Amino acid sequence: MTLSSLRQQLLAGETTPAAILARLAGDIAARDGRTGAYLSYDLATAMAEAASADLSLPLGGIPIAIKDNLNVAGQPCTCGSRFLAENYRSPYDATVIRKLRAAGAIPFGRMNLDEFAMGSSTENSALQTTRNPHDFDRIPGGSSGGSAAAVADHTAIAALGSDTGGSIRQPASHCGVVGLKPSYGRVSRYGLVAFASSLDQVGPLTRSVEDAARILQVIAGADPLDSTCLEAAVPDYLGGLDDGVKGLKLGLPKEYFGAGIDPGVRRQVMAAVDALAAQGAEVVDISLPHTEYAVATYYVLAPAEASSNLSRFDGIRYGHRGASPADILDLYQRSREDGFGAEVKRRIILGTYVLSSGYYDAYYSRAQKVRTLIRRDFEAAFARVDAILSPVAPAPARKLGGIAIDPLHEYLSDIFTLAPNLAGICAISVPCGVTAFDGAAALPVGLQILGPHLGEAMLLRVARAAEARS
Amino acid sequence: MPQPHIDVRYVANLARLELSDVEVATFQVQLDAILGYVETLTQLDVSGIEASAHAVPVFGRMRSDEPHASLPPAAVLQNAPDQSQGQFRVPKVVADA
Repeated sequence: MTLSSLRQQLLAGETTPAAILARLAGDIAARDGRTGAYLSYDLATAMAEAASADLSLPLGGIPIAIKDNLNVAGQPCTCGSRFLAENYRSPYDATVIRKLRAAGAIPFGRMNLDEFAMGSSTENSALQTTRNPHDFDRIPGGSSGGSAAAVADHTAIAALGSDTGGSIRQPASHCGVVGLKPSYGRVSRYGLVAFASSLDQVGPLTRSVEDAARILQVIAGADPLDSTCLEAAVPDYLGGLDDGVKGLKLGLPKEYFGAGIDPGVRRQVMAAVDALAAQGAEVVDISLPHTEYAVATYYVLAPAEASSNLSRFDGIRYGHRGASPADILDLYQRSREDGFGAEVKRRIILGTYVLSSGYYDAYYSRAQKVRTLIRRDFEAAFARVDAILSPVAPAPARKLGGIAIDPLHEYLSDIFTLAPNLAGICAISVPCGVTAFDGAAALPVGLQILGPHLGEAMLLRVARAAEARS
Repeated sequence: MPQPHIDVRYVANLARLELSDVEVATFQVQLDAILGYVETLTQLDVSGIEASAHAVPVFGRMRSDEPHASLPPAAVLQNAPDQSQGQFRVPKVVADA
């Protein structure tokens, strides 16, 4: 059941917001014990909101699951971390939550994630394991793994996630759902717990492209509380959805189809490309020559920003405080040592190092310059093509376990999703079939579509055409 | 054994992280591998390239200078690990005279 079809049922009087919530609660009770997508949910509050839902609004009466790094007033916001797990309650609504409420939606459920959104498997959550509903021995992807797994498991109708280097698109791909990362500045970050502020964006995970468009329509737009959120007018994302791809020029970057891609992934992505060509798109080869530097650039810049952002977790104003500290320094150190998991510590140390005196120019400053080269690659490409097609990930979902030993190997699997964040452009993951992989008979594969900055209308139109095939 | 890139305990201290010996040993190997990989960036000639702090730089954004509601003190303090008289309570910061 998609959000769009549920909305039709609500408007026709065939169901009610309370009935939808009751059914979701039943499905969560029945299935989420195994999937582990939900960290918590507050049915009583949601039911109270359902009782006064205005169905005439664009998302009237529709429950939306929320990644547990977005603040919803009165609810937990653990970020998958021990630091915030004890008794933190959000004192305010994130702007995206305020906008969802203004459109009639009901925030319902707190979804598991890699701690502070750092990871690609949700295994870095300090609180819970989330499993891929297509194969319970496998990761759901990450960091928005709870959001993706619940939408795939039909225990949520749609969800919000956040994407710093692929954290919406990669779990969407691994779980066989749609995941949209809007352009940088399209959606407010106010109330999203900051990881890397020049890369983070909030976006929807849904069961259809139309559903993603409906949610983007609501959450996009300027916010006086986020100066990086752009004033640009929000276009109508639904009107042109079915305009098709006839006459559009779509680029295949050769660097995204090289060695190291699973053959099944390649086959399904190329089948999706062929289907778009059959619908009248012109498919051309392009080059994004600095692609091979994206991972190194990202793993300097994102940890640098994270080391700064996570300095706020000091044990003073909220979250965990180490027991009986000797002095203020001891308080900081003990609170952070107890509160943070290994991946978060690793990235804080890496980020602190690349920003430290004597290393700043060699690492941070150089990575910012390479970021410029990566941006220019996309600018040159979008002068030639309307959208770019690629795999989301080199392989389908791997088995649970194995991240701890080799974080660099895990980082390298993000190769196709990092560059769009560095360039600030929009990107979407659309399911494009399944493939046998590593002993599993049928695991989902995602097609990634990249659009120019603020090109979401074009992106969604191409995504809709790709989806229509499947 | 090549010279390690990073003195993990020193940098952790800068970041106010108190690591166990096991963590230091694990992170040493992992961070050296990551920093070794990052060295690939030195293959590129970036002379004359401007740095991008943001993908979409926006400068001088101003909003109207009008008072608006902020969180009430009780809401700000609701998550405090320790508080007293409407303030966050911390260990003594100044040394004895």
